[in-house]
Amino acid sequence: MLASQIGYYSLIIGLFFSILIIPISIINLNNTKIIDIKIFHISFLQLLFVFISFGGLVISFVNSDFSNETVYSNSHTTKPLFYKISGTWGNHEGSLLLWLMILTLFIFLFLIKTKNQPKKYRILTLLFQQTIIIGFFLFVLTTSNPFNYLLPIPNEGLGLNPILQDPALAIHPPILYLGYVGSSIIFSGSLAGLVHGYISREWAKHIKAWILASWIFLTIGIMLGSIWAYYELGWGGFWFWDPVENISLMPWLCLTALLHCILVLEKKESLVSWTVILSIATFTLSMCGTFLVRSGILNSIHTFANDPSRGIFILTFLFILVIMSLVIFFLFSKDENKKNKKTYFLSKEISILINNWFIMYFLSVVLIGTVYPIFLEVLTDEKISIGPPFFNKLIIPFLIIFLIFMSIGPNLHWVKFKALKIKLEFFILFIISILISFLILKSAGSKNLVNSLLISTSFYLLFITIKDFFAKDFFNYSQKLSHFGFSLLVLSILLNSIFSSEVITNLRVGENIVFKNEIIYFDSTEKKDNINYKSIIGNFRIEDNKKNSTYLKPELRVYNQPVTITSEADIKTSLFSDKFLVMNLVKGNDYFNVRYQVKPFMIWIWLSVLIMSTGGILSFYKRKYEK
Amino acid sequence: MKNKTLLILILLFFAFCFVVFLKGLKTSNIYIPETTLNKDLAVFASKDFFTGDQISFDEIFVNSEFYILNIWASWCLPCKKEHKFLMQLSKNKSIKLIGLNYKDKRKNAQKFIGKLGNPYSAIFTDEDGTISIKLGAYGIPETYVIDKNRKIIKKIIGPLNKKLLKEVSLIIR
Amino acid sequence: MKLFNFFLSVIFIFIFTIANSSEKQSELKNKISKNIRCLICQGQSVYDSQSDFAVSVQLMIEQKLEEGLNEDEIYEFLKDLYGQWIVYDPEFNKNTLILWILPILLFLTGGAIIIRKLKIKKL
Repeated sequence: MLASQIGYYSLIIGLFFSILIIPISIINLNNTKIIDIKIFHISFLQLLFVFISFGGLVISFVNSDFSNETVYSNSHTTKPLFYKISGTWGNHEGSLLLWLMILTLFIFLFLIKTKNQPKKYRILTLLFQQTIIIGFFLFVLTTSNPFNYLLPIPNEGLGLNPILQDPALAIHPPILYLGYVGSSIIFSGSLAGLVHGYISREWAKHIKAWILASWIFLTIGIMLGSIWAYYELGWGGFWFWDPVENISLMPWLCLTALLHCILVLEKKESLVSWTVILSIATFTLSMCGTFLVRSGILNSIHTFANDPSRGIFILTFLFILVIMSLVIFFLFSKDENKKNKKTYFLSKEISILINNWFIMYFLSVVLIGTVYPIFLEVLTDEKISIGPPFFNKLIIPFLIIFLIFMSIGPNLHWVKFKALKIKLEFFILFIISILISFLILKSAGSKNLVNSLLISTSFYLLFITIKDFFAKDFFNYSQKLSHFGFSLLVLSILLNSIFSSEVITNLRVGENIVFKNEIIYFDSTEKKDNINYKSIIGNFRIEDNKKNSTYLKPELRVYNQPVTITSEADIKTSLFSDKFLVMNLVKGNDYFNVRYQVKPFMIWIWLSVLIMSTGGILSFYKRKYEK
Repeated sequence: MKNKTLLILILLFFAFCFVVFLKGLKTSNIYIPETTLNKDLAVFASKDFFTGDQISFDEIFVNSEFYILNIWASWCLPCKKEHKFLMQLSKNKSIKLIGLNYKDKRKNAQKFIGKLGNPYSAIFTDEDGTISIKLGAYGIPETYVIDKNRKIIKKIIGPLNKKLLKEVSLIIR
Repeated sequence: MKLFNFFLSVIFIFIFTIANSSEKQSELKNKISKNIRCLICQGQSVYDSQSDFAVSVQLMIEQKLEEGLNEDEIYEFLKDLYGQWIVYDPEFNKNTLILWILPILLFLTGGAIIIRKLKIKKL
């Protein structure tokens, strides 16, 4: 009880400091040449009190303090400690407190780490960021207070949804939020840069670190969400084009485009306005995503508890931010053409423009596919669903062309179009890719033209990136690694979808079924009692034609609070494929419904995303070298 | 000045989006389609609950001003709750109350109506759930009010309550 | 002897196509199920869900496939009963015209902007 009280009052004190810092900063804008030390102090205090507030909530969860409504709604005394802690941010109110904590942390870090940047720019960034912070403070305190009292105090909580009790899901929100909040700094920094007239090569060099950091966190955060979905939801799927997934993908696409733009801007003053637009768009998309998920306007398996009043707040907040950005952009952006009349485009700029062009297309497909049903329903009362078929049809053809550009683009000399030197090796690799794709599709028995094009182009990109590793210049290791990771990702996803197979059948204990070149034996079941659930474990043995056995033990769990039945798949991962087995009860029968899947190259999907992120991390350290 | 008109256009566009999203928040998220008003009841064949005989659509839906088709099961809690309203309805002689027993075990279903009373003039079974799908049902309990021409005049998703019972009574007057 | 061989091969082809087609049928059923929304779930397809509704719809799809309906006819059948919302693939009609065309329009606009920028710079 005390922890919650402290948490609540800390939050209010934090709000006080967040407002206090504004007049002090405005005064400091024009008076001295250095930042007033008071600003650092207040920013730190703001962070400290939000941190204490967050700590108060964590302690309330750990102590199962059910006088706190949030704890009551989302926790239970029998939950393991790890999930009591992670349950803090596994709900709407707690996750907002996490947002707030990361927001206040990042602005403090920004102030500390930007000592070499112009003072006015830093203060302006702080001011813009504070509008976001205050908005979140108000949002939490007025609509989503994690410290509401519940009287009389219940004895037991309602528990956390068992499918959320998973390690990947425990760290997925914090890492994802690190990405979103990073993009808020980029947003504030861009607006500040516009007002101060500071969007230049120096600014680009400085903001690049923040863009990289956000990008890395967002990439890994999305990957963790997919891994969780693979293990917990659905049948071995990892991406469903579900609205909440799309919502995390959109800022990521924007950030990727922005990352490429900033690479141009740090070398040459070009694409200035476009870079700023992307910076604004990235955070806007993150906020838009927050709105769509927390307001209940969309139907998704991921949505938090729905509450329209929250939706109205975020919507208004979002549009205030958008209008503010638009006005500032129009008032302060300089006309580029007048500045650089005589400059010409470098090859790199053109290839990055094309890269952005395609990424913006993919972004528009995802954005339109996600919000169109809302528009249609409001305007015509018609309700439609938009799912994987839509996204696949619109994305895949363009993905093929995009892969080709990625392969040959960076190596072409765009400006000298007439002297296209396509070296022999490019040509040979191209032929090899086509041959390989032909062989692969033949073995899969598929004659799909689209698949063959996709496979050839991804292999081509793969070979090109590998070839580049052996090139004489040691530049751009990070880019090569990330591009290699990307080609591997596309390839793994493709091969996985072509070669996955499954069988669904009903089995009793002791029965077996033959599937392709394996036999699945349902040997026995056992019962087990755990702290917060009881389970029935199925013992299965998969025997292949070489008499090697794999043992899989899927579980059926009955949780006690809330009473839910979940089915836990057992997955055996190996380098080349995953074996995936789930069993389900069939009502009123003594047999189980068993689903067995063979999913090749699954682990390569996760590894390739890690490789992509590693490229980003390398780029971070490269900067330290350059300094 | 081209910049200003562009700015105004963009602001208008965002204002439009704002209004749409605002309205979108207010519309209900639970999708109940044009509740099959005036649609013909789908023809189906099924087994009689008590005798186990195959019985045809025509044999059931005949000789009554109104029919009320109720989908239920012994394992469904809301069905238990709505049962007393069904008993009340069954007292009305101008309607034929027909039950469709959904994915149930015979013993349990018999116990259910044995304990709570049988309001139905006829019951059939939908063992695998496909008959309910043919009728466009979402789950159970679900109740259809059908007129003598076998057109669906009202579809109630979820359990009956006092208010819904009143609405139904008004229709079948 | 030749006649016997002929009959044998006919029987083999027959069995092969049936085996193939039944595998194809279950693949087709899965493909259709992934495209049908489970209406009582939050954002899951009928393939992904274990709810009563989902299981019944899957059975219905199987029945219809056996009756000989093709993929599109099954979608039409379900849309008749439950509305357009049940199918994940938005059909191309006057309501969804903008949906399908807008991304491509944006792509072309982007291309036009880039070309214009290039022309200005090259002058």
